[in-house]
Amino acid sequence: MLESIDTSMIDWSRAQFALTAMYHWLFVPLTLGLAVVMGLMETLYVITGNAFWKRTAQFWMKLFGINFAVGVATGLILEFQFGTNWSNYSWFVGDIFGAPLAIEGIVAFFMEATFIAVMFFGWNKVSRRFHLASTWLTGLGATFSAWWILVANSWMQYPVGMAFNPETVRNEMVSFSAVAFSPVAVMKFLHTVLSCWMVGAVFVIGVSAWYLLRRREKELAVASMKVAAAIGLFAALATAGSGDQSGVQVARLQPMKLAAMEGLYDGGNGMPLTLVGDIKVPKMLSVLATHTIDGYVPGINNILQGGYEQPDGMLALSAEEKMQRGQQAIVALSDFRKARQEQDEARMAAARQVLDENMPYFGYGYIKDPNELVPNVGLMFWSFRVMVGLGSYFIAFFALVLFLAWKRRLTQTDWLYYVAIASIPCAYIASQAGWIVAEVGRQPWAIQDMLPLNAAISKLEAGSVQTTFFLFLILFTVLLVAEIGIMLKAIQKGPEN
Amino acid sequence: MKNALQQIWIFYRDGFREMKLGKTLWALILIKLFVLFFILRLFFFPSFLKGKTDTEKEQYVGSELTGRAGRGEP
Repeated sequence: MLESIDTSMIDWSRAQFALTAMYHWLFVPLTLGLAVVMGLMETLYVITGNAFWKRTAQFWMKLFGINFAVGVATGLILEFQFGTNWSNYSWFVGDIFGAPLAIEGIVAFFMEATFIAVMFFGWNKVSRRFHLASTWLTGLGATFSAWWILVANSWMQYPVGMAFNPETVRNEMVSFSAVAFSPVAVMKFLHTVLSCWMVGAVFVIGVSAWYLLRRREKELAVASMKVAAAIGLFAALATAGSGDQSGVQVARLQPMKLAAMEGLYDGGNGMPLTLVGDIKVPKMLSVLATHTIDGYVPGINNILQGGYEQPDGMLALSAEEKMQRGQQAIVALSDFRKARQEQDEARMAAARQVLDENMPYFGYGYIKDPNELVPNVGLMFWSFRVMVGLGSYFIAFFALVLFLAWKRRLTQTDWLYYVAIASIPCAYIASQAGWIVAEVGRQPWAIQDMLPLNAAISKLEAGSVQTTFFLFLILFTVLLVAEIGIMLKAIQKGPEN
Repeated sequence: MKNALQQIWIFYRDGFREMKLGKTLWALILIKLFVLFFILRLFFFPSFLKGKTDTEKEQYVGSELTGRAGRGEP
């Protein structure tokens, strides 16, 4: 029975997963971002033959290596947690989740392990062009890894390309391309990877600013700031563009997430966008959500009550209706399993038909109160504003750095160095806030509409999850302190002469 | 073929030998992998469905999914 599932155990498991994911996400953005920076710098070396670019590329590669070494394999802990804490989920998703993760593991291992070795060991041992190719392929390998992880995550937001098999109680993939290239996965990939380039660019500018503040490595710092600001501005604008497209997708596929992001309880046509407090931009929410001035945006109450026309032209069901249909689906699954045990083919077929008709609402059968369907509005509202606010700030920041570079004043503006150094943690905060919006906004679902957390979780004791939570906290803290220490030491030492 | 393998071996061997900071990083990676796989995985994160056959897993998860919604055991 549902009541037998300890809600504190769900909360501890969620906290543990969030802790691990957020910790893992401290490393991924810098890996993907620095990969582009060092790739471009080495390209400049190969094109110009100027040893300055080689030295610059090698310096950023060293910082890339530190970040990579400390971050590598931290994502595996998430997979451990799937098997232990979320075993119902792991079985229910079948190979749909396993296939992208397996591909990710193989790609990550072979591409990164091969080319990263050439990148670090191959200077003066392989040709310049082969070395350059290895540097780019190291970054490409990491980006491919991100693709498959994001495919798996996108499927949880927008499950497509599968059919539920009541005999195995698993989802089975019917279209690999639908899963791998779902519109949500494509947009999530672009938005996420481009935002990682932004983090890398901010990091490079911040570290370079520190050198300029110390009146060290002037040439390297100025050149790095120029390259990073150009990458950063492109990435920031493209992140905003992909974010806009993601907004339309969220409005169409996860309207509750959008309503929570806006703290919108009662929607309508031509809705304003709330900046903060009572400051609103007229019609802007409708523009962002539907790309039309008077588009309809449902609020939390509208979604729970249903009855409005959805973007696909269908009338939205109320939460109560969805819960009833979910219960019908679960009853049908139960009937199917009983009929199968009794080898009653006719009852199996009848139950299967009811199940298939109601499967899109399967997860609602576990919801006891419609209010369970509302994510944490306050957390969503502010996380979204932190992400967008900092993203907008970074557009201005990169443009400013490029402007000062154009005016040849990068070495004369001490105040910019402090701003740039302070911007490094802001880049991480923006990146983490983005994931909070994406993941908290999906609550209470493990898989959108199909499986809520209270059905996905294993029957464990809260105490055991608490123990591992604190173990991770200690492990992550030690590793983070180690990384920051090694990284700071490497920055203080500076590039090799 | 043997020559190529030998060259690859020498490439990696010399690369590891010439590492400076890399040695510290490799030590960190190995300690981390040991903690992950030989402590956390073995003692704290066994697969919840471990030891069950696929049929038993189907039965267990099926009962869980129907049971948690109050539909009882099949």
